[in-house]
Amino acid sequence: MADAAMTKAERREPMAAAIFANEAVTVRAAAPASRLSLRAGSEAIAPLSSALGVDLPVRPKQTSTTGSRTAMWIGPDEWLVIDAGEADLMAAARGAEGIFSAVDISHRNVAFLVSGTGAATTLASACPHDLRLTSFPVGAAARTLLAKAEVVLWRQSETEWHVECWRSFAPYVFGLLREGAKDAALA
Amino acid sequence: MSQSFRIPGKGRLSPSRGLRFFFDGKAFDALEGDTVASALLANGVHLAGRSYKYHRPRGILTAGSEEPNALIGVSNTAATHVPNVRATVQEVHDGLVTRSQNRWPSLAFDLGAVNSLGAPFFSAGFYYKTFMWPKAAWKALYEPVIRQAAGLGVSPKEPDPDHYASRYEHCDVLVVGGGAVGLAAALAAANAGASVILCDEQAQCGGAMRHESGARISGRSGWDWAQDAVAQLKAMDNVRVLTRTTAFGYHTQNFVALAERVTDHLADGKDLPRERLWQVRAKRVILATGAIERQLVFGGNDLPGVMFANAARTYLNHYGVAAGRKVAVFTACDSAYGAAFDLARAGSAVAVIVDWRHDVPEDLSRQAQELGIKILAGHRVVQAKGRLRIASISVAHRDGGQERSFPVDSLIISGGWTPSVHLYSQSRGKVAWDADTQRFLPGDPVQDCVTVGACDGTDDLARGVAQGIEAGKAAATAAGHAGGDQPDVAVEACESYAGGLAGDAGQIKGKAFVDYQNDVTAKDIRQAVREGMHSIEHVKRFTTNGMASDQGKLSNMHGLAIAADSLGWPIPDVGLTTFRQPYTPVTFGTIVNHGRGDLFDVTRRTTIDGWAQDNGAVFEDVGNWKRARFFPQGGEDMHAAVNRECRTVREAAGLFDASTLGKIEVVGPDAGAFMDLMYTNPMSKLGVGKLRYGIMCREDGFVYDDGVVGRVAEDRFHVTTTTGGAPRVLHHMEDYLQTEFPHLKVWLTSVTEQWAVVAVQGPKAREIVAPFVSGVDLSTEAFPHMSMAECEVCGVPARLFRVSFTGETGFEINVPAAYGRSVWEILQARGAEFGACTYGTETMHVLRAEKGYIIVGQDTDGTVTPFDAGYGWAVAKKKKDFVGIRGLKRPDLVADGRKQLVGLTTSDPAMVLEEGAQIVADPNQPVPMTMIGHVTSSYWSENCGRSIALALVAGGRDRMGQTLHVPMPDRTIAVTVTEPVFFDPKGERLHG
Amino acid sequence: MLLIRCPYCEEERPELEFRGAGEAHIARPTNIAEISDEEFEAFFFLRDNPRGVTFERWRHIHGCGRFFNAARDTVSDKFITTYKAGEPKPDLDAVRGEKA
Repeated sequence: MADAAMTKAERREPMAAAIFANEAVTVRAAAPASRLSLRAGSEAIAPLSSALGVDLPVRPKQTSTTGSRTAMWIGPDEWLVIDAGEADLMAAARGAEGIFSAVDISHRNVAFLVSGTGAATTLASACPHDLRLTSFPVGAAARTLLAKAEVVLWRQSETEWHVECWRSFAPYVFGLLREGAKDAALA
Repeated sequence: MSQSFRIPGKGRLSPSRGLRFFFDGKAFDALEGDTVASALLANGVHLAGRSYKYHRPRGILTAGSEEPNALIGVSNTAATHVPNVRATVQEVHDGLVTRSQNRWPSLAFDLGAVNSLGAPFFSAGFYYKTFMWPKAAWKALYEPVIRQAAGLGVSPKEPDPDHYASRYEHCDVLVVGGGAVGLAAALAAANAGASVILCDEQAQCGGAMRHESGARISGRSGWDWAQDAVAQLKAMDNVRVLTRTTAFGYHTQNFVALAERVTDHLADGKDLPRERLWQVRAKRVILATGAIERQLVFGGNDLPGVMFANAARTYLNHYGVAAGRKVAVFTACDSAYGAAFDLARAGSAVAVIVDWRHDVPEDLSRQAQELGIKILAGHRVVQAKGRLRIASISVAHRDGGQERSFPVDSLIISGGWTPSVHLYSQSRGKVAWDADTQRFLPGDPVQDCVTVGACDGTDDLARGVAQGIEAGKAAATAAGHAGGDQPDVAVEACESYAGGLAGDAGQIKGKAFVDYQNDVTAKDIRQAVREGMHSIEHVKRFTTNGMASDQGKLSNMHGLAIAADSLGWPIPDVGLTTFRQPYTPVTFGTIVNHGRGDLFDVTRRTTIDGWAQDNGAVFEDVGNWKRARFFPQGGEDMHAAVNRECRTVREAAGLFDASTLGKIEVVGPDAGAFMDLMYTNPMSKLGVGKLRYGIMCREDGFVYDDGVVGRVAEDRFHVTTTTGGAPRVLHHMEDYLQTEFPHLKVWLTSVTEQWAVVAVQGPKAREIVAPFVSGVDLSTEAFPHMSMAECEVCGVPARLFRVSFTGETGFEINVPAAYGRSVWEILQARGAEFGACTYGTETMHVLRAEKGYIIVGQDTDGTVTPFDAGYGWAVAKKKKDFVGIRGLKRPDLVADGRKQLVGLTTSDPAMVLEEGAQIVADPNQPVPMTMIGHVTSSYWSENCGRSIALALVAGGRDRMGQTLHVPMPDRTIAVTVTEPVFFDPKGERLHG
Repeated sequence: MLLIRCPYCEEERPELEFRGAGEAHIARPTNIAEISDEEFEAFFFLRDNPRGVTFERWRHIHGCGRFFNAARDTVSDKFITTYKAGEPKPDLDAVRGEKA
C-alpha cells in the first residue's frame, strides 16, 4: 500500500446546499468555519482576548467582532468563538497565559443564515425567546431552543440571524426554519 | 326553496355575492359571509342535527361558538372530514360539503329517537346503574351497542393532509375580545405606543354590535363604529388584529394560547396553513370576553325553531335572515325585547312576549305597544310543542292557572347573560358571587390582567367603553408607554341587558334541557341531588352536566341554580366547577403544528450514516440516534447477517460506526482531581496517552454510566459515555462541578459531534489501519491495548484509541466529523482486501456479551453496584472520595445475597433464552414462585456455537455450576450458572 | 410556561430553557465517606417538599448552562427570587418588600 500514506480524506458537508427562499426570508447553510468553545475565569479574559485578537465580552448576551472573528458570551465563563476563515483558533488560544479550557468544536456545530424581513418571525415559529429588538438587539447572541433543538442565535443585523446547532440536529433545524420561513411570508 | 327567509334590505351581506353549498347531499344557496347556520336559516331549515343521547331533533340555538346543538360534519375529502363543527361558526364557501350527525337513516326520520321512549333508562347516573349485569356482557354487548348509538360525529381515519403553523409572539398588551369594549381598550393602548395584539373569535370584530340595533357610538351605528375602529387599528404598525382567533388557554405569567382558523372559510386554502397556533406572552392582558346568553329551562326548550334572542337578532341584523314568520318571545331579560322589535319591524308577526318578570320596564312596554305586540308579564312558557319544528307554545301565569296556546314557528328565548369569565378563571383568578345580579363576577386579578365590559359585569356600553379605554391606557403605561391621545369614543345610545333567571322556570312539562349537548334535563339535576350528590362537582359528574365539548357555557348557571334550589342552599354554597382549557375545542393539528413527520422529533444521524443507508443497513433507534443494526447481504435475515458479521470480526476484522458514543472533553489543571471524584476508578493516576475503562456511580452507589476515558494531556481528558447517556452524564458532571466542587479549575465541553468514530476490530485490524496512520508506531509493544495518541489518519487530525469492545485487537479512530464519511470509505476499501465486514449494533452486542462486557441500562438497571456487576476491580480502594463512595457502604449494598451478574448456558445449546425472563431455583414450587433473578442479555453466539446469556441472580457468584430454571409459558428451561465470559476467557486476543 | 429569571443571564427566559434540579442548600458532606447511615439518609434521601415557600435548584441548561437557586411558592407557582449557586438563602421579606 504505497499510496495509502498519500490517501487524504475529504471533508463532506451534506447540508451545505440546503437553501430555502421566499419573498420574506432566505434560509441557507453557512460556510464551514473554525469554532472554539472557550471556558475561563475572569483573570484569563484579557490574555485570551489578546491572544485571539477579539475581545471576550463580559456582559450577558453580548458579542464582539474583529474582522472575521466573533466572540459570543454564552455563559459567565463560556464563550463561543467563530472565525469565518480557516484560522487555527486552538493554536491561537494555546498561546494565552492563564487557566482556561479551549476545545475545538469546528465540526461539532454547523450554522444556518436566516435573512430577510421575516427572519425573526421565522425563528419565532419555534423559539420561545423574545426576539424583538428591545430584548434581542443587533449584535446580541444567546443559547436557547428551537423546538426540540438547542441552538445559539446571533443577531447580525435587524434582518439577519446566524443560527448555530449541533451537526446531527441540522436537518431538523433546517426543516423547522423552512416551515417558519413559509409562514413568515404569510403573516 | 331559495333563501325565502332572507329579508331584502336587511343585514350586511351583499346579495350579489352568491355561493352554493351542500347539507346532507342537498344544494343550498348562500351569500358570501354566511355561516352554515345563517344560510340554513335563510333557506328555512332549522333542523340541523340530532341530540347525543335521546336523538331528539335539534335546531340552531345560537349564533356563536357556544352552540351546543347544530354540530355538523364538514368535509371536502375523507381525510379532511372534521366532525362536530359548530354550524354557527363554520363560514360557507363555494362548494362546502356538510352533513348532519348522529342520525340514521336520515335527519328527519331517525331510528335512534326510540331512545326517547327508553328515557327513564337513560336518566342521570345511568352509566353507574345499568348494564352492570352480567359482567361479561359489558365488553361484548353493552359497550359496542352504546358506542354505536351514542357519541357525536365520526373521526376521519386518514392522515390529515393539512398543515398547521405556530408562532411565539411577545407584546405589551393582549386584548381578548373585539367587541366595542375590547376595541376601545386596544385603541387606547395602541395610541399610547404599546405593541398590541387584539384577537376575536368571529370573522369580524364588533361583538354585540353584530346583533344590537340600538347602540350608537360617535355618530354611527355601533357596528359601523367598530369596523372603523378595526380599520384604524389595522393601519397601526404596533397592532396586530387577529380575527377568527380564539384565546383558548390562559397560562401562567400572561402566556396565552390562541388558535387562528386560517383556511376553514376558504374554498381553496392554497398553501396556507389550516390553522395557526399563537403562543403569546403579554406584559398586560385585557379580557373583554363579553357575556353569553343562556336559555330558559322549560319543556321542549330544545325544539328546532327555539332560538336565543341575540342569535335571532344576529341572523336578522347581520345576515338579513328572519328566524320565523310567526314568532313569540319568552324572556327574563330586557335584551330579548330588541329581538321582538327588530323582527316585527322586519315583517315577522310577533304573537306575544312572555316575560317571566312581573315588572317590565316602561320604555319596553311602550315600544311593544307601538308595534302592537302583546306582553304577558309574570307569565311563563309551560311547554313548547311540535315534532321536527316548534308549532305552538302553551303559556300560563307563573303561579299556575289556565294555559293558553299560541301557534308559532319560532320561539325567541333569553334567560339573561352569563359573564364569560373562563379565561379570567384559567388565569387562576377567583370569581365572586354577586347577589344583586345573581351571577359570578371576576374578583381580584392574580396575574397582570384586567377584566372589562360585560365579562366584568358591566352591562352598560358607555361604562364598558370607558372601562376599556382606562384599561388600555393603564396597560400601556404599565408596559412603559405613557404617551399618545386617548381615543375619543362617545357612546350616544345603548341597550339594556338587565334581568335574567337561573334555574328552571316553574313546574316542568316534558323535557326541559339544561345541557343540550349532553342531553341533561332539569329533572336529572334534581334527581342527582335526591340521590345524594350535594357538591356541584358530584352533580356534574353524575349527570354529565357541563361535560360536553361546549363545557357548560349555557348549562353551568342553570345546573348550579337547580341544584341549589333542590338543596335549599344559596347558589355560592353549592360551589362552582372549574373552567378548564380549551375555551372552545382546538384541533390536534393546531396543538401539534410543525411537530409531525420529520419534525415530530429530532432524528440524529452520524456523518457515516449515509454510507450505511446506501449499503442496505437496517437501523434501530438509540435515543434520538439512528444506528445501523446489521448489514444484510443477499437476502440474509437478521440472524444470518449477525452470525456472519460476528464470525467475520473474530476471523478477520469488522468496521463499526461508533460515532454516536457520547464524548466529553474535560480540561483544566484540576481535571485529574475532578475525574477521580466522578469515576470510581483512580483516574488521576492515568498516564498521558493511556486509556482506562471507567465506571460512574450516583451518590447512592449504583452504576450510572460507563465508558473509556483517555488522557490526552496532563490537563485534558477525552471521556466517552454511552450513546443514550451522553446528555445526562454531562448534566450530572456539571451538577457536581458547579455546585459541589466549584473550587476545581476544570471545564466540560461536549464533543460528541466534533468527532466521527470508526471502530476497526479483529485480528486484521492493525494491518487495515496502519498505512493511514502517521506518526504512531502501532506495534503492540509501542502502542499496546488501552493506548491513545493524537496523530493524523488519512491526513486529517485524529485521536487514535487502541481499545476494544469486542475482545479483539481494536482501534477506534476519532476524526473531525465532516471527514468521517471519507475516512470510513477509505478504510472500507482497505478492509475489503482483508475480508473485513461492516457490522452493526446487534453484532456489537453479541460480541461484547461473548466477552461479558456489560451494557449499562441493559445488564444494569439502576439498582446494580459495580460489585454486583463483577466490576469491583474498577472501584479504587485508596481514594478518599468519589461520588458513590458512601452509598456503596450502605448496609443493603454490602449484604449477602445481592443480585450479581453471571453467565447462563442452556442445556440445549440451540435454546436462546428470552431477555427479561425470570429465574427460579425450584421449578416445582407453588405459584407465585420466588424469583431470584432475570436474564439481562441473551443471544445466539455463532463464535461459541451455542446460546449465551447474562443474568442478574441473587448470590449468583456463589452459584457457579448450579442448575437454575427459567419458567416460560410453554416450558421450563434448565440453565447452568457460569462465569460471564464465554469467549477467549484469558483475553489474549486483545493483545494480538 | 413560566418565565424564570436567570441570575447569570440577568433576564427572564422561557421555562423551556431550564431544568429543575431538586431542593437547594443541601451540601454534600466534605467527609462523606465517614458519615453515619443516618447522616447519609438525611443528606441523600430526605426532602422537605413544603406547601408554600421552597428553595430549589434550577439549571439554565439550554441557556448559559449555570445551576442557580430559586425561592418559589409551591402553591402559587410564583418565583419569589432567584440567586446564584453558592449564595446564601436570601431574606425573603426584604425581597418581597423590594418587589412591592
